Amino acid sequence: MASTTPIDTPPAPPAPPDRKERPQPTGRVGDKVFVGLSRGSGILLLVIMASIAVFLSYRAAIAISKDEGNFLTTFDWNPAGDPPVFGIAVLLFGTVVSSIIAMVIAVPIAVGIALFISHYAPRKLAAPIAYVVDLLAAVPSIVYGIWGALVLVPYLEGLNLWLDQFFGWTYIFEKTEVGVARSLFTVGVLLAIMILPIVTSVSREVFLQVPKMNEEAALALGATRWEVIRLSVLPFGRSGIISASMLGLGRALGETMAVATVLSPSFIISLHVLNPGGGTFAQNIAAKFGEADEFGRDALIASGLVLFVLTLLVNGAARLIIARRKEYSGANA
Amino acid sequence: MSHASTAVQERPTPPGGHGAPKSALTSRSLPRLAPVGFAAVAIALSVGISTAAGWHSKVQWGMIAALLFLAISYVATTVVENKRQAKDRLATSVVWVCFLIAIIPLVSLLWTTISRGAERLDGYFLTHSMAGVLGSEASGGVYHALIGTLEQVGIATVISAPLGLLTAVYLVEYGKGSLAKAVTFFVDVMTGIPSIVAGLFILSIMLIFEIQPSGLMGALALTILMIPVVVRSTEEMLKLVPNELREASLALGIPKWRTILKVVLPTAIGGITTGVMLAIARIAGETAPIILLVFGSQLINTNPFSGAQSSLPFYIYEQYKVGEAASYDRAWAAALVLIAFVMILNLVARGIARWKAPKTGR
Repeated sequence: MASTTPIDTPPAPPAPPDRKERPQPTGRVGDKVFVGLSRGSGILLLVIMASIAVFLSYRAAIAISKDEGNFLTTFDWNPAGDPPVFGIAVLLFGTVVSSIIAMVIAVPIAVGIALFISHYAPRKLAAPIAYVVDLLAAVPSIVYGIWGALVLVPYLEGLNLWLDQFFGWTYIFEKTEVGVARSLFTVGVLLAIMILPIVTSVSREVFLQVPKMNEEAALALGATRWEVIRLSVLPFGRSGIISASMLGLGRALGETMAVATVLSPSFIISLHVLNPGGGTFAQNIAAKFGEADEFGRDALIASGLVLFVLTLLVNGAARLIIARRKEYSGANA
Repeated sequence: MSHASTAVQERPTPPGGHGAPKSALTSRSLPRLAPVGFAAVAIALSVGISTAAGWHSKVQWGMIAALLFLAISYVATTVVENKRQAKDRLATSVVWVCFLIAIIPLVSLLWTTISRGAERLDGYFLTHSMAGVLGSEASGGVYHALIGTLEQVGIATVISAPLGLLTAVYLVEYGKGSLAKAVTFFVDVMTGIPSIVAGLFILSIMLIFEIQPSGLMGALALTILMIPVVVRSTEEMLKLVPNELREASLALGIPKWRTILKVVLPTAIGGITTGVMLAIARIAGETAPIILLVFGSQLINTNPFSGAQSSLPFYIYEQYKVGEAASYDRAWAAALVLIAFVMILNLVARGIARWKAPKTGR
């Protein structure tokens, strides 16, 4: 009780209780040490980020300077050859295509689930479902990987044939090679399943923050539930959905194990996404590392640097969008 | 209230307005259980169509059923009620379908792991290594990988928990100006670093200083992945500590660092523990850095500072790649162990969070 009274009195502060001749408060040294430690660890984080960029660039520069092919356009990965030739074109293509497929599938469904949890599910079900979705975000990627390779791939074969049969005319879904469904499309589906939980939980958070007043105003005007969502929930949550998707995209871009187990890699670029083949940065690193000598590892580091920059851009953009939204919502509150 | 009900009454009646005039309150509406009926019809139709066309994939059956369900309920509502209600029902159906579509693979994943994993999981599996076991033999176990995971994750936690905690303290208690902004931004960005890039970073250091692979190197890569998670969650928890507590302590003349150590951190300790445990759960499943930095081993190596080690996720990958029936069984069993480990950590962490939530006064 005694500790609360000083806070209650300040309205008319008489004289500061500290007298000037009083000695320096004890603990100044402790304060300095503590500030130093905590600021130091903050700075250490920045140093780690910077050194990731520096070290990767350094080793990458060694590799690229000896590359006889064009690092950006060569369709081959043979750093052990004579002359060494390797390029990231196929990897960049595969990474981007599989991530796009994942986003196209996952984002609408994730927004649907988020709406389901926040607005449609019976009250008693909503909390447990949200809880389970959060738990699923914690399932390790290697488990998704072996599930994808041993369970999902056989299941998707029928779907692949069907897509080929009815949508083959789109070129994208034309299956020109016979083979199991270890294709970029399957990878995209698996990545979609993997990023569903994260996109869902971020979007749900945003939907729950929609001011109740807005929704009730729409309801009072006689809006149906869908109209409430379209008029008040989705406009409010738009930037949240965008940033959630970009966080998901960041994960999909850098996913290693799920791709490494499912894809049957080959160094070709083909828009026939149902054909087996292709590759991604992370998958290529995991697959080629075992047989790589020191120079081969440098080459892999070079490709990792590109992945690093790619994810940095995507995540940075997502964070900027979130930050901007925070300012807006602060102004509106 | 009366306003609301008049608004409902004035809702436009269906434009089709044939037959007896009806007020909006008594306008025709579908019975409450209609969606269940639509679903039954859609499923029956899709089974019929699929068998007729000779498709075997259940994925197609499900997709056809989902599309039919959407179409039937939209048309029926348009006919019986009106267009706005139909749109509303369509949206409701879409949302439900989304949920069901998503739940199927996730349930399948958990079910497969548990049922396949339970076949091989027993005391022998947990207490034996793979020393001298051929890939095709139905023997061997996961003991060496368990030790590896525990040691690597332990080292990573010992390094990153204090670092993350101090950084969070800096951001919440001291942080102002451009340094704090930069740290906040880069912590966020660091959260998104792919695990394989963290592995490559440590690898480049190993190449430069000619360090041999060991559990420690893997733990360092895991540290990079773990720190931002710890910082983010601790920061949230510290922000929840009521300012009155800090002010009360400072008003008593207690220096700031003692206030933080004795008042702020103990208040938030439940949430901080939760954050650290969730971070552990996240890094325990990382495979990519282990492939690059720890190399994997069939033998028990209890020394994380020298020599190759194994780890649970690496073990799963290794057994998957062997490609024999017996090794698939081992992979599933190890996956079950890993999922159980991660899930138990998650559940306990969330339990602690609920139990030790900061008290905001009574």
